[in-house]
Amino acid sequence: MIRFDNVSKCYANGHEALSEVSFSLDDGEMAFLTGHSGAGKSTLMKLIMLMERPSQGQVFIGKQNLAGLDRRQIPSHRRRIGVVFQNHQLLFDRTVFDNVALPLTICGFDPRDAARRVRAALDKVGLLKKEKLNPIMLSTGEQQRVGIARAIVHKPQLLLADEPTGNLDPQLSEEIMRLFLEFNRHGTTVMIASHDLSLISRMRLRTLTLHQGRMVGDG
Amino acid sequence: MAKPQKEAPRRRGAERIDRQTGRMPVGECGIGQDRRRSRFTEALRFDSNSHWQTARTALRRLFSTPAATLMTMAVLAIALALPGVLFAGLKNVQQLALRWEGEPRIALYLQPELQDAAADRFSRSLLLRDDLRAVELISREQGIAEFRELSGFGDVLDYLGSNPIPAVISVLPRSVSAAELTALREQLQALPEVEEAALDMAWVQRLNGALQVAQRAVLIVALLLASAVLLVVGNTVRVAIESRRDEIVVAKLVGATDGWVQRPFLYTGGWYGLFGGLLAWCLVQFSLMLLDTPVRQLADLYQSPFNLLGLGVVDSLLLLLISIGLGLGGAWLAVNRYLRQIEPE
Repeated sequence: MIRFDNVSKCYANGHEALSEVSFSLDDGEMAFLTGHSGAGKSTLMKLIMLMERPSQGQVFIGKQNLAGLDRRQIPSHRRRIGVVFQNHQLLFDRTVFDNVALPLTICGFDPRDAARRVRAALDKVGLLKKEKLNPIMLSTGEQQRVGIARAIVHKPQLLLADEPTGNLDPQLSEEIMRLFLEFNRHGTTVMIASHDLSLISRMRLRTLTLHQGRMVGDG
Repeated sequence: MAKPQKEAPRRRGAERIDRQTGRMPVGECGIGQDRRRSRFTEALRFDSNSHWQTARTALRRLFSTPAATLMTMAVLAIALALPGVLFAGLKNVQQLALRWEGEPRIALYLQPELQDAAADRFSRSLLLRDDLRAVELISREQGIAEFRELSGFGDVLDYLGSNPIPAVISVLPRSVSAAELTALREQLQALPEVEEAALDMAWVQRLNGALQVAQRAVLIVALLLASAVLLVVGNTVRVAIESRRDEIVVAKLVGATDGWVQRPFLYTGGWYGLFGGLLAWCLVQFSLMLLDTPVRQLADLYQSPFNLLGLGVVDSLLLLLISIGLGLGGAWLAVNRYLRQIEPE
């Protein structure tokens, strides 16, 4: 599903965020991506999302070499991926329902069909009763779950999560991880960037470790 | 080389027959085509649906801040109404000029030594000409009487021993074209009884010249104000884009195309154009209404049945189309300039 071939990313200011990173993640696999802050986790995620382009090497998602996608093909690439952001990136000018519906609205879904899917996604994260609320009225954990619902509402092949449990207590973190495991059981490839080592050790999943832009551990 | 060239048109032909007979598509390719077509019509339905949705949302968003929106629309309306009023005024003056231009007269100043009887005979002979519509003789007596009455210099005439005013024949030519009138004037000038033939066209030509200058000036003003409208809408849409930055970033992250992101802003520009145009139309009609009474009084003084023309149906539609176009254009400028810069980080 994901394959990095000798990928380096050097920013304009000369900072080398990733150097010669190679790894691959199979279809239906689930893995952690870990490392200190500044180790290159976010850069790696951005390369997958085509928010950045590699300075060297190639990234494959599915069978698609991302170097072959031009600006206009980026949207359809991003629609195949669901992303959970650390700061959840919710819009506070609309309801929870409309936040979750956004990826479907963008794809031009039939409104009735979209509503069904949004409710299913909200049901999975246990927020069905809060669909009419503004996300600003929710707790941090609930906001994170709305972000997750939005990431999975269009049934992506690949789910990326950037520090999804960053500011949650252990119990909530556990709950959210259970959600990811469940999506993975249904066939979604999942990659979670996290530096919560205790959580990672408890989950006993494949863990990719970055250190100063290099892949130093895989197992 | 020759073979594929022969085969290609045959394949195209076969496809065409299939489509014409509407036979059930056979084979994998056919099913694919069928599926693609139904998906296409579905996409079209959802798309027109979502277009309408987007337009409505844009409108609702505009009127969620009614004061700011109305103020912007008023600026647009004034910028559009000014050239509108100027064009309407110009059209009215042109209409006026056209009516006067329709009756160019040639004044024939007769030789001073010509006797009244001879002048009368000469004017009757002119009546027989085909190229003249009307002939009016103003004898020397009539001339001096009119002069005394109209000029206010009647007393001066008393000091002169004899009547200095020649007999004049005013003729109304059939033709109205400038070239033919000039030729006719020369013909009449050459007649022995005529001392001088004056074609009263110069002032009409001057008026036309002045009108052309005015028209050009109005056009320049209109172009300047149109750019103002473009910039006002562009700036308003830029502010709207800036205020919805977060939304744009999130939408782009979950796979929104440039088209999807820019559509609401284009609709916003379109709405500004439409409402600005409607308001401008009202302003133009209102201004003309205010002008109507004094113009009518003025026309009465000239004993002219002149009526102020408003914007007709065609001009009104033109005004609306132009303002919608300017609204869309301004939005398009802003969208192209600013929307691409907003990328998720």
